[in-house]
Amino acid sequence: MDRIIEQLPRFFTSGNMTLLLESAGLTLAMTLVGCLIGFFLAFVLVYLRQTPGLWALPLRLICISYVEVFRRIPFLVVIYLVLFFIQTISTDASLFTIAVIAICIYSIAYTADIIRGGLESVPHTQIEAAQTMNLSRLRTTVTIVLPQAWPVIVPPAIAFAVSFIKDTALVSQIGVFELTFRGKELNNQGYSGILVFGTIAMCYFLISFPLSMLGQYLEKRLATPRGERRARKIRRA
Amino acid sequence: MNYKFQYGIVWENFGALLEGAWLTFQLGVLAFAGGLLIGLVGASIKSFAPQPFRFLVDSYVVFITNTPALIQIYFLYFGLPEIGIRWSSEACVLIGLILNAGAYLTLILRAGFLSVRRPELEAGITIGMSVLQQIRYIVVPHIAKSIYPAVANFFIVILVMGTSIGAVIGVDELTGTAINLSTINYRWLEYFSVIAVMYVVLTFVASIGLALFGRWAFRVKARIF
Amino acid sequence: MPHLAVNDVRAKYGALEVLKGVNFTMEKGEVVALVGPSGSGKSTVLRTLVGLTPATSGTVEIHGRAIDFKNSGAVRAARDQMAIVFQQYNLFQNMDVLRNITLAPIKIKRRRAAEVMSEAEKLLEMVGLSEKVHAFPDELSGGQQQRVAIARALALNPEILLLDEVTSALDPELVNEVLDTIRRLAAEGMSMIIVSHEMAFVREVADHVVFMDEGEVIEIGPPDKMFGAPKSARARDFFGKIIRH
Repeated sequence: MDRIIEQLPRFFTSGNMTLLLESAGLTLAMTLVGCLIGFFLAFVLVYLRQTPGLWALPLRLICISYVEVFRRIPFLVVIYLVLFFIQTISTDASLFTIAVIAICIYSIAYTADIIRGGLESVPHTQIEAAQTMNLSRLRTTVTIVLPQAWPVIVPPAIAFAVSFIKDTALVSQIGVFELTFRGKELNNQGYSGILVFGTIAMCYFLISFPLSMLGQYLEKRLATPRGERRARKIRRA
Repeated sequence: MNYKFQYGIVWENFGALLEGAWLTFQLGVLAFAGGLLIGLVGASIKSFAPQPFRFLVDSYVVFITNTPALIQIYFLYFGLPEIGIRWSSEACVLIGLILNAGAYLTLILRAGFLSVRRPELEAGITIGMSVLQQIRYIVVPHIAKSIYPAVANFFIVILVMGTSIGAVIGVDELTGTAINLSTINYRWLEYFSVIAVMYVVLTFVASIGLALFGRWAFRVKARIF
Repeated sequence: MPHLAVNDVRAKYGALEVLKGVNFTMEKGEVVALVGPSGSGKSTVLRTLVGLTPATSGTVEIHGRAIDFKNSGAVRAARDQMAIVFQQYNLFQNMDVLRNITLAPIKIKRRRAAEVMSEAEKLLEMVGLSEKVHAFPDELSGGQQQRVAIARALALNPEILLLDEVTSALDPELVNEVLDTIRRLAAEGMSMIIVSHEMAFVREVADHVVFMDEGEVIEIGPPDKMFGAPKSARARDFFGKIIRH
């Protein structure tokens, strides 16, 4: 305890705090970029998974398999796989890029189910009406189904991204200068483990808690019928 | 891509990988069991206990669910020795996972508790049941069926995500074993692709087992996929 | 040559055969009404014509040319010539009335936007909803939504209009406004196939009445004969029950 008190002034210097702030920013950036790209690619995956016709059966199976497999592999293993796979191809890739790719691959698997649930929640009669008017599957999905699926897709998708912020702690293992990595660094420099990891935990908390409250607020506002109309007004504008 | 895959080495050391998988499974089961106990206690407190206790449980849950499991384990592993407690890596991971699982399971079980309607509980109160008896005879049978899918799914999560974190502080579960073996002969891609497959197999077996158990014990039709 | 000819069409829902050999023809400008008890397959006939429920055998000919429902190009061509209005209107919930009507003509038929928009406004005027141009479906009553659905179908310039129980989901006081619209279309010479329970309306507006039961066409005839003195026993049974009301 005395040791911690003794270390406090050395620990809470502006230099250290700046470093922590930078690494927190990196954590957020990784998560945001990875989850956004992953979300878009997950949509492509779900769209391909819905391709009709017997000839498309292998494609559909591949899409289903991807999701089922990557939901069952630990994120740490995915990180290592991406790391070593990319390093056999090119030695230039930055660790940040590798981390984002790993986040991407992982979030595609989890987001795909959210998107699929959202698309399937739109009444099939909407699609039938579009079919009888000869609207293509792509146009139907993008201009009719997707806009109606948003209120069902967005809240869980945001909740996933927010909770993924915590999982990015594992990329510290490949040397990305994010929050957890800084924590280990400080601990290695001799600062008390309780002090360091308590502070890092508080940093994650300060990022995660407000965002998850925001996500819950968004969910409540989108879930009501008035919310759907509000969402539509935003789309109209 | 000029990388020659050599899976022979992996096959030679497959026994070690199997031992790692076994440790993964044990850790998963123990962490889940411990977490389930905490979850039951936590959900009960949130449902029945007076305010100061409910606040404590809420604080615990909110803190754990908004901080990474890795940091929680680092805290135990690097922090506890400073106050004289030196646990092994395995113990740190186990305790850390139990505390982590406890928070999430408190949320899951609490949702189940909420689904029990007041009149059922009041009926119990009127015939003189204590809180514990209410839990045992009214709440548990009622919610067991409805929350089973969520709880079973969480077991898979612990098994896969939770235990692999142990590799970071040197636990020889499946991922840790793969890391150790890879540092010896540098066949990272081979080892990790193999353990990826092993994780998928492990979770499928666990899912099927849980689905069958659910069907037998609670007559729940749980999804395997 | 008849405008539309349905020859011995069979169709299935999964394992259940819903249409067991349906035959009827239609000339240009005629109104054909499909009537019969629930489950007789009337709506399925419309769905098969427009390719939603595939026909397992038999042919559908438009102007003498058979449609190959296994060929997606042929199905698209058939849909080009027919437009369907559903019982539940099926308006696109995320767009306003104008976009609902103009989406397909602009994007699929590739007509010029200005032209389509002015035509849409004329159609809305015809169905009596000019002031609702920018309203969203959830702001309209059932009868209004159904009239928009009719306008939307007409905007596709179909040769044949298919109306699938379009008043069955409406509150009674809203039924007449939709029937009025259909009357006007019939008077203007639109070829239509109407599936309906509104017997008085059918009697008034149809050129031919096709009575179906259990997936087959039992009898076809002009309205007065069908309602007054049907030949087959099942038709007599059905119409007898109706008239008593």
